[in-house]
Amino acid sequence: MRAFQILIDGFAISALYALGATGFTLIFGVSGVLNLSHGAIMVAAAVAAWAAASILNVGTYAGALIGVGVALLTSFATYFAVVKPIQDSRRIPNEEKEIFVLTGTLLWGIMIQEVIAYLFTNNAKTVLPIVEGVVEILGVRTPKNEIFTAIVCCFVIALLWLLVNRTRTGKAVLAASMNPRGVTLLGLELTNIYVVVWAIYGILAGIAGVLLGMFLGVSSYSVGPLTASAFSIVVLGGLGSVSGSLIAAFVVGYLETLTAYLVSPAYRTIPALLLLVFVMYIRPQGLLGRR
Amino acid sequence: MASFFTTRLFFISLALVIVAATLPLYVSGYVLGLLTVAFYFGVFAMAWDLLFGFAGEVNFGPTFLIGVGAYTAGILNAQFGWSVYLCIVLGALASVIAGLVLALPALRVRGPYFGLTTLVAVLMLQNFIVVFADLTGGEIGLTIPDVITINAGANYWIALGFMSISAAILYGLSQSPVGLVLQASGQDPVQAGALGFNIVKHKLAAFIVSAFFSGLSGALLVFYFGTASVGTVVDVAVGVNVIVSAVLGGRRTVLGAALGAIFLIVAGEFLRPTGELATFIVSAVALLVVLFFPGGFLGAALSREARS
Repeated sequence: MRAFQILIDGFAISALYALGATGFTLIFGVSGVLNLSHGAIMVAAAVAAWAAASILNVGTYAGALIGVGVALLTSFATYFAVVKPIQDSRRIPNEEKEIFVLTGTLLWGIMIQEVIAYLFTNNAKTVLPIVEGVVEILGVRTPKNEIFTAIVCCFVIALLWLLVNRTRTGKAVLAASMNPRGVTLLGLELTNIYVVVWAIYGILAGIAGVLLGMFLGVSSYSVGPLTASAFSIVVLGGLGSVSGSLIAAFVVGYLETLTAYLVSPAYRTIPALLLLVFVMYIRPQGLLGRR
Repeated sequence: MASFFTTRLFFISLALVIVAATLPLYVSGYVLGLLTVAFYFGVFAMAWDLLFGFAGEVNFGPTFLIGVGAYTAGILNAQFGWSVYLCIVLGALASVIAGLVLALPALRVRGPYFGLTTLVAVLMLQNFIVVFADLTGGEIGLTIPDVITINAGANYWIALGFMSISAAILYGLSQSPVGLVLQASGQDPVQAGALGFNIVKHKLAAFIVSAFFSGLSGALLVFYFGTASVGTVVDVAVGVNVIVSAVLGGRRTVLGAALGAIFLIVAGEFLRPTGELATFIVSAVALLVVLFFPGGFLGAALSREARS
């Protein structure tokens, strides 16, 4: 009974983590950018969906779409206003661009967080779920919304896999992550590929954010923990490796759920952190890291 | 090193310190209290800059070192009643040990991976404080019975003196041959090693020095506040402020980091009437500086001087 509950809850949480971390690792793999405004973009999507559905009364579907749209816009803003200027800057030495991107996106994330807090207060917000009600699976009462979340996450990840491996654009993205110079020599514009990747990232983060808002609820305080969890999942799986992040998301998701159910919700994040430290000592490049 | 005492930077710094030392004679206690905190933050930022700017280690968790020093000093005083000065020394020592713990992964992993390890260290410390609430006061914070002094002026002078001495030591170190080796090993460890420098030894030294000053400053801050809490010395947001200060003031300048910290705290206070938007404005200004003056305040000033 309890085992099934952990199995089901853990799956939904893990699928959500996986979706959130996939976009994050994709950007790192292709353009070497660690986007520390990740949590802020997810929260922006969730709050936009909440505001559209609860204040403007546009309905849950339109609200969710608006949330994803806001995440897409924020993602482009992050790229064009923060990341691209730093990457193109001549005054910043190349070997220091990484830390500048980290600092820049971190500050950008704080700005987004503060705007959200200013416009919509710090209170926790739960987005109206698209499907309501409860079903019983294997004797466990499960909200339909939880199942919906897991299905959408898996579907979107499958779609991403098809996009990357089966389309021309996707192959260009894959090639850019392997060898950026080679791609430019083949006559593809690297900036265009980056724009595509940031668009994919924005949509993924948006969907993850809206689903999170329906499933657990968000507030502007969730920004930091969300970024940290995506960061640790991605490092655990190996920076830039999408399949590594998927495995890591499930490891972290289940580890947290197990601890929360069997020990105490207060210790929820501790085993995952310990595992992370352990993996980094014995295998610094992460589970499936290429480096 | 000796030539430094004749440079313009030295005279400007000396003049600033002298002017700052006379402040208690004519400004209010409120301003002094603000600057006292800003000076301790300045030391945090300078210690961070030594690790990042010189040793090239992206330390996302300056508050791990600060927090260990602050909480060790606070717990020893509050739970065991040891004397304030002993607690401060032991806090700094505990922080040095924490620095060594942090240095172990730094010698194995680099860049973002090390950055994450430091972030994890902060989260673990935070969890530890919350879980062992009996000892640490948990989320409410630890009330500390003793303080160094309650005189605002004396506190201000202690902070100013401490920051000036730390600045002199850290700046001197950064300009010394040791600082140059550190800078070389941060930028290209393989080549620096090939030139015969012991990189491990130098990096360990950088961690120890950085941890010592962070911990000492954290311990002093605790005895100034009279409380130790996660929100003031451990939270990731505090660490972000330290990093932003150093980048804002100018990385690899040491002194700039202190300027950045003072700016950040004073600006935050000036913007208090804007309410919730204060953090937004400070972050936006910091982002603009990062984008358009990547050298920071002091970096921009120094490069202008070098050009003319």
